[in-house]
Amino acid sequence: MKLTKVFLASTALAFAAGAVAAEDMTIVSWGGAYSESQQKAYHEPYMAKTGVNIINDESSNEAVAKLRAMNEAGNVTWDVVDVVAADAMRLCDEGLAMEIDPDTQLAPAPDGTSAADDFGDLLVSDCFIPQIVYSTTFGYRTDMVGDNPPDDICDVFDLETYPGKRSLEKRPINNVEWALICDGVPADEVYDVLETPEGQDRALAKLDTIKDQVIWWSAGADTPQLLADGEVVMGSTYNGRLFSLIVEQGQPVDMLWDYQVFDLDGWIIPAGLSEERKKRALDYIYFATDTQRLADQAKYISYGPARKSSAPLVGKHEELGIEMAPHMPTDPANSKTAVLYNFEFWADYRDDLDAKFQAWLAK
Amino acid sequence: MSELKGSGQQTSDAPTPEDAFHEAATLASREQTHAPGATPDGPVLAADGTPLKRSLNRALRMQKIRALGLIAPLLIFVLLTFIAPIADMLFRSVENQIVAETLPETVEVLADWDSDSGEPPSEAVYQAFYVDMFLAQEQKLHTRLGSRLNYEQTGMSSMFRKSGRRVGKFDTDTYTDQFTALDPSWEDPASWVAMMDNKANRAALPFTARSWDRWVAYLESEGDDPAKEDIEDFLFTTLYLDLVETGGSGTADARITSAGAATGDFETVSLTEQFADADKDWVDPEIWRVIKAFAPKYTSGYFLNAVDMQKTPDGIEARPENQQIYLMLFKRTMFMSLVITFSCILLGYPVAWILANLPSRTANLLMILVLLPFWTSLLVRTSAWKVMLQQQGVINDTLVWLGLVADDARLVMINNQFGTIVAMTHILLPFMILPLYSVMQTIPPTYLRAAKSLGATNWTAFWRVYFPQSVPGIGAGSVLVFILAIGYYITPEIVGGNTGTFISNRIAYHISSSLNWGLGAALGSILLAVVMLLYWVYDKIVGIDNVKLG
Repeated sequence: MKLTKVFLASTALAFAAGAVAAEDMTIVSWGGAYSESQQKAYHEPYMAKTGVNIINDESSNEAVAKLRAMNEAGNVTWDVVDVVAADAMRLCDEGLAMEIDPDTQLAPAPDGTSAADDFGDLLVSDCFIPQIVYSTTFGYRTDMVGDNPPDDICDVFDLETYPGKRSLEKRPINNVEWALICDGVPADEVYDVLETPEGQDRALAKLDTIKDQVIWWSAGADTPQLLADGEVVMGSTYNGRLFSLIVEQGQPVDMLWDYQVFDLDGWIIPAGLSEERKKRALDYIYFATDTQRLADQAKYISYGPARKSSAPLVGKHEELGIEMAPHMPTDPANSKTAVLYNFEFWADYRDDLDAKFQAWLAK
Repeated sequence: MSELKGSGQQTSDAPTPEDAFHEAATLASREQTHAPGATPDGPVLAADGTPLKRSLNRALRMQKIRALGLIAPLLIFVLLTFIAPIADMLFRSVENQIVAETLPETVEVLADWDSDSGEPPSEAVYQAFYVDMFLAQEQKLHTRLGSRLNYEQTGMSSMFRKSGRRVGKFDTDTYTDQFTALDPSWEDPASWVAMMDNKANRAALPFTARSWDRWVAYLESEGDDPAKEDIEDFLFTTLYLDLVETGGSGTADARITSAGAATGDFETVSLTEQFADADKDWVDPEIWRVIKAFAPKYTSGYFLNAVDMQKTPDGIEARPENQQIYLMLFKRTMFMSLVITFSCILLGYPVAWILANLPSRTANLLMILVLLPFWTSLLVRTSAWKVMLQQQGVINDTLVWLGLVADDARLVMINNQFGTIVAMTHILLPFMILPLYSVMQTIPPTYLRAAKSLGATNWTAFWRVYFPQSVPGIGAGSVLVFILAIGYYITPEIVGGNTGTFISNRIAYHISSSLNWGLGAALGSILLAVVMLLYWVYDKIVGIDNVKLG
């Protein structure tokens, strides 16, 4: 009898200990200002509400490779991971992320619209819950362009009017689309042209015209630094980086929104979690992607919320007190010519075009 | 000893080196047989009576085991954490089981298809492919296979993704409806379990039996009971195909034989058309050529790709010129690593010489200056070079201020090979200075003085006396710097622009971005092989004994 009691007590203890440890949740994100905005908009209210302890991991950069390694080792230590949509598709294809049903596993909008309708076209993968819309767009030095500031994407290719170096991302994505548009291809035919080898050569030929004036970047912080130092007259990067360069640091830089490319960043849940952890991760996702929470994040960073219902709730910057709406890539004035990243196309052509692009670069 | 002398004198009056060798040999043999305690005609015995040789061997063995036990932790650690992962990673460069594992039926039927025919494969291939695809999409394996094959043929990723969604909605429910119209019990999964337990039934329905087994294995892995799950359309399809083939003969099951008699009038579904509907590229022979070419469990495809070649129907040939990049990157990596190694020698040698010849107090202070950058974050140092070298950077600003360079013609010193060489030489310099310093410290300064006192000029004394003794340090430093340099990728990525990147940048891309680990592993294996080859060449020319790390 006594022995049984001891047994029971120790089992209960072990269970309690397990339960306490299980209250930790590891959320992976990009770090920096972006993680900060998530901490304030999502993590802190969630921890206050549920008592779950959220551990931040800043590994989103190499999330795809790490998740694959974890999955192969059979020990997934992450609960929720923040990735860009293209990576989410890759993870979903590889069976490394779990499928999430927006209608049953996500919060509906306040007016009762289902999550699937509220996110609309932005649900680009079965495993991916978008959080923000960001864009890759151009910034230019206002003091280096005279009194004729660029307002057209093709000004990037115009070395005569805007001499000086430009910075572009060291990958084909976005660059080849801009090149074709400026080579006279209508925006809605860009991908039809890019599917053909001739179209790809045409895009590279257009890029060739500015190749020796381009500094190629691979980290999002490069272009802001190059602009701040006056190394380049214009350069592409993520709009949030330019926002902090212009508004927070007050550099003589302005936005060139023409043909900005929307991309999505959001959550996935790794495949192969235990039932208990999966439940907790889903509970977090349900909380963190509701209408109010997505609008809250925009108080801290200039990325547009992915839900339609969140847009009217976007307010002022928490510290600077300025209206955030005009700085959002999704603002109607900014997004007249905006295009959405073509996930399907790039999932197929990324490897092939990247090989060609790198070979072209190295020439 | 007297015996030894005698034997020496017997052979010759003037001893030669060979004599000494013979003497030593005789001595050894005599010592063995005439050791103390030897019995005249038996083996030498130890105190406990066992032969001395055995007892000695045992003691030695014990010693060896003990020594092995001492190094075992390290050995196991190295094996588990270093050798095994590397071997596993390198193995991926040839491993290719995913195609045969995901599409076992298709691969088998496809073997009979002539890939040079220019015609899409027969209906039988599409039937097998339908079963494979259905099971693969249930297990979410089809997109994985699609990603794998997309490395070989652009577009296959989305073909598999799209078709996976479509394959459950194919018109094959026609078969299901016709069978259940014949006998409603066909819908009952429990009856299938019983039917598939019978050997004769299985022999009569081979394709169905194989597909059933895979289906059951999948359900069980999910924790589902095959006797309770609905029978899917694909099983009715295989059932129909088997019955058309064999007529259901050889079985006593009345349900099968009666269905076998009825299948002649069944409405049929062309799976070729179904797949063509899902994506028109499924009737493109090129797609099937790729699947067939990559069906074997091991492939040379990754290695071929890593040296800018590819498999085509006409055998192996070079990739189109606008896709060739790896060989050029390998050459560039080698060339630049050599340049970096030489600039490290040029810059490091005088520093190490000064360090070795100063009083130890000043030397230690200078040593800290050498080590200081070593202790600073790699990224900080690399970024510092950016600030120094860029066109609006410190060096250019100074040159413009001095009037040496016009303001509109600032030097381009970064985002090219020059930037990479400068930054990497700086980062790797301590690896050259440290071994050089430790070797130079052991060279007695008296040698130089002796040389000079014998009339050598400064240069001769240095070149003939000092330099040869410092060569082991140069060797050690060069090996270290060179091997570290060819594996670098952060620094070239940041300051290399497009002409200063290394092969490691592509390896990093394939490991962490494109997830093409096979190609990454192939590139890594080639790099490893090249390093080992160079090491071997180095050993042949300089001799690895001449390397001194301290």
